[in-house]
Amino acid sequence: MSNMNIDRRSFLKLTALGLVALAAKPALDLISKPSAASALNGPAPGGRLVMVVNLNACTSPDGCIDCIAACHRVHNVPDIGNRKEDIRWLWDVSYDQAFPDQEDRFVAEPLHDRRVLVLCNHCDNPPCVKVCPTQATWRRDDGIVMMDYHRCIGCRYCMAACPYGSRSFNWRDPRPYIKTVDNSYPTRTKGVVEKCNFCQERLAEGLQPACVEACSNGALTFGYLKPGTEVYKLISSQFNLRRKDELGTRPQVYYLP
Amino acid sequence: MYDKGKIIGGLAIFLCLASFPVWYMAASGKADYRPNPVLPASENQCVESAQYMREYHMQLMQQWRDQSVRQGDSVYISSDNRTFDINLTGTCLKCHSSKTDFCDRCHNYTGTAPNCWDCHNVPPLNAPPQGTQ
Amino acid sequence: MIENILKGGKKYWLLISGLLLFMAAGLAAYLQQWDIGLAVTGLSRDISWGLYIANFTFFVGVAASAVMLVIPYYLHNTKEFRRILILGEFMAVAACLVAITFILVDLGQPARVFNIILYPSPGSIIFWDVVVLTVYLLLNIVLGWVALDAEYKEVDPPTWLKPLAIVSIVWAVSIHTVTAFIYAGLAARLFWLTALLAPRFLASAFASGPALLILLALAMKKWGGFDPGNQSLDRLAKIVAYAIIITVFFLLLEIFTVFYSQVPEAMAHFQYLLFGLDGHYSLVPWTWASILLACTAIVMLVVPASRQNRSTLALACAAVFIAIWIDKGLGLVIPGFIPSPLGAISEYTPTLIEILITTGVWAMGGLVLTLLFKVVLAVRQGKQ
Repeated sequence: MSNMNIDRRSFLKLTALGLVALAAKPALDLISKPSAASALNGPAPGGRLVMVVNLNACTSPDGCIDCIAACHRVHNVPDIGNRKEDIRWLWDVSYDQAFPDQEDRFVAEPLHDRRVLVLCNHCDNPPCVKVCPTQATWRRDDGIVMMDYHRCIGCRYCMAACPYGSRSFNWRDPRPYIKTVDNSYPTRTKGVVEKCNFCQERLAEGLQPACVEACSNGALTFGYLKPGTEVYKLISSQFNLRRKDELGTRPQVYYLP
Repeated sequence: MYDKGKIIGGLAIFLCLASFPVWYMAASGKADYRPNPVLPASENQCVESAQYMREYHMQLMQQWRDQSVRQGDSVYISSDNRTFDINLTGTCLKCHSSKTDFCDRCHNYTGTAPNCWDCHNVPPLNAPPQGTQ
Repeated sequence: MIENILKGGKKYWLLISGLLLFMAAGLAAYLQQWDIGLAVTGLSRDISWGLYIANFTFFVGVAASAVMLVIPYYLHNTKEFRRILILGEFMAVAACLVAITFILVDLGQPARVFNIILYPSPGSIIFWDVVVLTVYLLLNIVLGWVALDAEYKEVDPPTWLKPLAIVSIVWAVSIHTVTAFIYAGLAARLFWLTALLAPRFLASAFASGPALLILLALAMKKWGGFDPGNQSLDRLAKIVAYAIIITVFFLLLEIFTVFYSQVPEAMAHFQYLLFGLDGHYSLVPWTWASILLACTAIVMLVVPASRQNRSTLALACAAVFIAIWIDKGLGLVIPGFIPSPLGAISEYTPTLIEILITTGVWAMGGLVLTLLFKVVLAVRQGKQ
C-alpha cells in the first residue's frame, strides 16, 4: 500500500486518459457507421413518391370518409373519441384551415365549401426529422418520412416542429379504443408519436396506399414523381397548391383545386 | 477488532438472509425446475438453432427491427441459407402463436417483462374491449 | 462537510418535512401519469407542450443566472460578491436539476431517455440542450463544492477554479441560448420564430435568477444567520433592475414588430396572449398580471429608497420572479400553439396531477437547495 500517494496532476491526467479511452469507441462508431438517416438520403432509383389530391373529385363534403376509414382500419388507428386526444393520420378540414395563408382571398364559391383531405406531407425538407433527438423519424430515399415507434421517447418536439399539425401523440394506451384490430399490423403504445406513413408496408408488397385504393371517385393519385407517371401528368398539367410551401419544407402532397 | 462477537454474528445473519434464495430452493426440492415452453407442432427448427435462439433471440429481434424498420430491408438469410420475411407477427408468432404457452414460460421464470406485446399483436388476438364510447 | 445536513433546528426539519411531503405527492401523481400516460395532463393534440416544458424553460434561465455573480466577481473583481457567490452556484445546481427533471416528467417514454445519448442527433437542438445542461450541472457542482471545501479548510481555492469559472460564464450563456434555439428554429411556430428569443430568454433569466437569489439571501439572513452584506444585495438588485427593464423593452419590441407589420398569422398569437382570440382568453389575466408586476417591480427597484429597504426589495424581487415565470413559462409555450397550424383554437388548463407533479419537482429543487445551503451555513458559522 505504499504507492497511494498519487498527486493531483497525475490523477487528473489518468482520468482524462480514461475518459478519452471510453469515448474512443463511440466516437469511431459515430463517424464510421452511416446513420440510418444518412444512408437513405439522396435520390432513389424510382424517384420520389408524391400524393395528388383532386379537390373537385373528392366527395367528402357529402360525408364520404372511405379513405379515412380505410387508413385508420388498416393501421389500427384508435378512435379516442375526444378532440383533445384524437389520433389522426388522414382527415378532412375546411379550405381555410388547410390553406390558412389564403384566408382573405376571394376564393371561388365551390372551393370555399370544399373539405380538404390533410395528412403528413412527407416533406423533402422535413422540420420534424431535423428536430428529433433520437432519429426516431427520418426521411427515406423514396421520400417517405418514417417513424420508428421503438425509438421514440415521446418528447413531442416533432409535433411542435410540424407546420401542418400532421402528427398525433398517444396520450394513453390506444388498444381499448381500436374497434377491430387488424392482426397483420401492429398497434402503437402510449407515449409515442405517430402519423401517416404513405402505407410503406403496403408499398413493399406492391399495393397502393389504403386511402388511394378505397377512394371510388379517383380523387387520390399516388406514385413516383417522374416523367410519364400519372402523378407527374397531373401536377405538370394544371395549377396545383401545396400547404404552406413558403416555409421551405417542400411538401409532397399536391392539391388540385 | 471492537465488538468482535456482534460483528461476526451480524455478518453471519446477513449472509444467511442474503443467500436465502439459494438454500431455500435447494431444500424445497424445486432447484432443478426448468421452464417448459410449448414448442410449435408444425416446424422443427426456428430461424436459427434452438441454442442460438435461446441465447440471442433478443439481439436477433433488435437486428430484425432495425433492418426492417430503419433500413427497409425485410429479408433475412439465416446461417443455413434459408430465407425469412422479417415480420414479428407474420414469421415468429405464426409458429409461436401462444404467448402464454411459449414466451411467458421463460420470461416469467427469469422475471423479465419485455414490452413487445404493447404494440405487436399475437395472432389470434381476442378483440379488445370496446372503448369508453 | 456534508454531515451538516443532518444537524438542524426545528425550523430546518419542518422545512425539510414540508418539502418531502410535496415530493411525495408529486411522486404519487407521477405514478398515475406513468401508469395511464400523459392523458392525465391537460395537454392535447394541438397544445402538446404545457406546464412541464414551461417550467423547464424558466428554470434553465434561473440556472444560467449564476453567471451574473461570476462575471462581476471573477472578471471585474467585485469583492462584495465573495460571500454570496457560492449561493448563486448552488442555486444554479438546484435549478439545473429541476429543469432536467421537468423534461423527464414530460416524456411519453421516459425509460427510453438514453436513446438521446445512444443515438446522438447533432441536428436536434434537444440533443445539444441535454449535452450543455449536463456539463453545466457538473461545472457548478464542482465550482461550488471545491470553493466551499477550500473555505472550510481555510485555504485558497485551487488555481484551476478560476479558469473553470470563466468556462462556466460562457457555458451559462450557452445553456439558455440553446434552450431558446429549441423554439426559435421552428418555422412552424411564428410566435417563436424570432431572433430576439434568445436575448429575451437571457434578459429575463438575468432578472429572475438574481431576484430569486436575493430572496434566498434575505431568507438566509433572517433564519440562517447569514449576512450577504448590504452592498452585494444592492448591486444584485441593480442587476435585476436593468435586466427586467431590458426584458420589458424586448417584449415591447416584439409587440411593435407584430402589430405594425400586421401579418395575420404572427399577430394571432399575440392577440391571444394580450387580448384573447375568438372568445378564448384564459391567458389574458395572467399576461396583464405579469406586465403589471414587472412594471411595479421596475419602479420599486429603480427608486433607491425602495431598493435599499429590505421589505420592498423582497416584494420587488418576488414580483419579478412571478412576472417572468408567467411570461417565460405559460406566456411563451402556450401561445406558440394557439392558434394551431390549421388555425384552430383550443385552450389549455393544467390538471391537478400536472400541478402536483410540478410542485413535487419544485419541492425537489427546494430540497437540494436547502441541503446545499445548510452546508454553506454550517461551514460559514463554523468560522465565526
